[in-house]
Amino acid sequence: MSFQPVHFYQTGTFTVGNRLLSAEERSVQANVERTNSLNSGHRACQGCGEALGARYAIDAAMNAARGRLIAANATGCLEVFSTPYPETSWQIPWIHSLFGNTAAIGTGIAAAIKVKRQKGQMDDVRVVAQGGDGGTTDIGFGCLSGMFERNDDVLYICYDNGGYMNTGVQRSSATPPAARTATTMPVGPEPGNNFGQGKFVPAIAMAHEIPYVATATVADLRDLEYKVTKAMGLRGARYIHILVPCPLGWGAASQDTIKLARLAKETGIFPVFEAENGEVSGVLKIRRPQPVEEYLKLQKRYAHLFGKKPAVETIARLQAAADKNIRKYGLLDQEAN
Amino acid sequence: MLKQTEGSHAVAEAVALCRPEVICAYPISPQTHIVEGLGEMVKAGEVANCEFINVESEFAAMSVAIGSSATGARTYTATASQGLLFMVEAVYNASGLGLPIVMTVANRAIGAPINIWNDHSDSLSQRDCGWIQLFAETNQEALDLHIQAFKLAEEISLPVMVCMDGFILTHAYERVDVPTQEQVDAFLPPYEPRQMLDPKEPVSIGAMVGPEAFSEVRYLAHAKQMQALERIPQLAEQFKAVFGRDSGGLTHSYLVDDADIVVVAMGSVLGTIKDTVDEMRQEGQRIGVLGITSYRPFPLDNVRAALQNAQRVVVLEKSLAVGIGGILSTDVRMAMSGLQLHGHTVVAGLGGRAITRKSLRGLFTKAISGELGHLTFLDLDWNVVNKQLERERTTRRSGPAAESMLRDIGVVAARIG
Repeated sequence: MSFQPVHFYQTGTFTVGNRLLSAEERSVQANVERTNSLNSGHRACQGCGEALGARYAIDAAMNAARGRLIAANATGCLEVFSTPYPETSWQIPWIHSLFGNTAAIGTGIAAAIKVKRQKGQMDDVRVVAQGGDGGTTDIGFGCLSGMFERNDDVLYICYDNGGYMNTGVQRSSATPPAARTATTMPVGPEPGNNFGQGKFVPAIAMAHEIPYVATATVADLRDLEYKVTKAMGLRGARYIHILVPCPLGWGAASQDTIKLARLAKETGIFPVFEAENGEVSGVLKIRRPQPVEEYLKLQKRYAHLFGKKPAVETIARLQAAADKNIRKYGLLDQEAN
Repeated sequence: MLKQTEGSHAVAEAVALCRPEVICAYPISPQTHIVEGLGEMVKAGEVANCEFINVESEFAAMSVAIGSSATGARTYTATASQGLLFMVEAVYNASGLGLPIVMTVANRAIGAPINIWNDHSDSLSQRDCGWIQLFAETNQEALDLHIQAFKLAEEISLPVMVCMDGFILTHAYERVDVPTQEQVDAFLPPYEPRQMLDPKEPVSIGAMVGPEAFSEVRYLAHAKQMQALERIPQLAEQFKAVFGRDSGGLTHSYLVDDADIVVVAMGSVLGTIKDTVDEMRQEGQRIGVLGITSYRPFPLDNVRAALQNAQRVVVLEKSLAVGIGGILSTDVRMAMSGLQLHGHTVVAGLGGRAITRKSLRGLFTKAISGELGHLTFLDLDWNVVNKQLERERTTRRSGPAAESMLRDIGVVAARIG
């Protein structure tokens, strides 16, 4: 009888089904005792990457904190779809204050916990602050940087979908070059976002030399769980930046959320790595290199690049940016080169 | 214990005696000495179990305060002027969430033009933000009001601003009676939050509220301030029982019962007004003073009761509602509704302009003789103003107004009186 390979049930992925793993190797989500921190019934769109990312991240954080977790949430999609009064999807203590102050809210919670613990009035409760890219890289950036430089004991999670999707898809400083939003169109000759603008906050977080910085995508959920768990094992300021595709804002099919997240990583457009104390300590290698077109053409926000006259130069610039990420972070194995 | 100390330090000692658990500090004049004083006390171990956090802005200061208060910690911060404006979004959020934060506002003017000296523009700009606002007349009262503020805030679950005149009080060395820890502990119990972020009992705080309940939530904010209106005088009575002195309450009346003319004001200027009134009383003038301690909630009934026997009311305020006149006087007029009284608004002391007895005496004499208009800017230099107006009439590019007027005055910063 010839060799018969193991059949992976989740075809088209590199994920080994949980049933093939030993209990301790299984994901947090596979555990029947997972906390469902962000419970079902919320009002996110079909295929929402942020809802998926938040569910995995917060359940992993809850698991690491043995159920003792408080979350602060910036204004944005995640806040709006999870807590339309009088409903809430959150099964954990959760506070929404403002758009731009979530990191500082986290600092305040952590300070109160520290005092309450000194007084013997509280157990060791951990703090997560979370927001979208607008609430993190733009309006909340001052408070975020302050929390980093003081090294407050807060894990900040940014769900990056590359724009202000809750208000109707406007540009943020995390909108990638050439991506079209409602507010990139009036600026510059092209409908898409300008090159040479924007900021990559994971690198800025690393410049603060905080204990832990990581990027992740919703395509590699085991990697996301691993990074959240690792972050929760450390003290001080920690930052995880998760790429979460937005079907509405990206003009993509709902069923392509995972595919797009994977392509963002496999093309090198979004480098997936982790860094400790300001130095890169690990990267998630590209398994099957893809040209950036494969990622771009699935999204209407890049449709202007693929008209009758394809924007060859623009696509080449995006490919060059991806190649730069691959070089800079060492995203390809030597053998694969 | 009697002490000769700076107003800011007296407040720092009062806050320390209240056993704060989280203090957020961001520097802005004239508030700096308060948080510096607290920082020294935390370092020296005089305030046990307290986190002192140096934040990166006033917006962060109030935001950290929101986070810690929502996690059940007694929380304090202090600010002034531009700092208060910079934190406004979080100021509204703190009251909207019903978090009993106590904040000192060392009252200072708002720019432009930038000005670090005293008036009441900053806290009065926040009159509708949902915080309780208490105004101190003296350093002793500033000290006492902070102790009352924590109790009031925590009982009704609303934040409280204690407003004290920048420099005039914060930087003045005076004799104050600093209470003992036992006295403060007897008056102020540990903080028992109404709501708290607690893994043992998870709640969501700050959910979105639509038209179906928003009015009700807002009404509740008003109802709580009405509760405070009843509670503030009771707390002043309790305070007197423990500490043996009158401090706080809604208003302070001085010789109003038989007064034909009553002067209404807030803060440290009340001292100068009372001195002037004493002089004029000796000369047979029937003049009295009404000091407003609780600006929010505004004590309409008390103000009305104090004014109803008078014929004339002069509201002297360190603030200006541009385009109409007074801020405080609008509220006083509401209290006077239906009373047949002559009302005058006097805008005075803006940006630290000294309010002298001489000026006040002239002002009150004019009021008594019926020569005072509805709106007066005390000691305004009409020369300088008219010159600038003329310049703007005749020259299109008349330049920056403030700088031009300073040039007209000549010696800069030498004239505050």
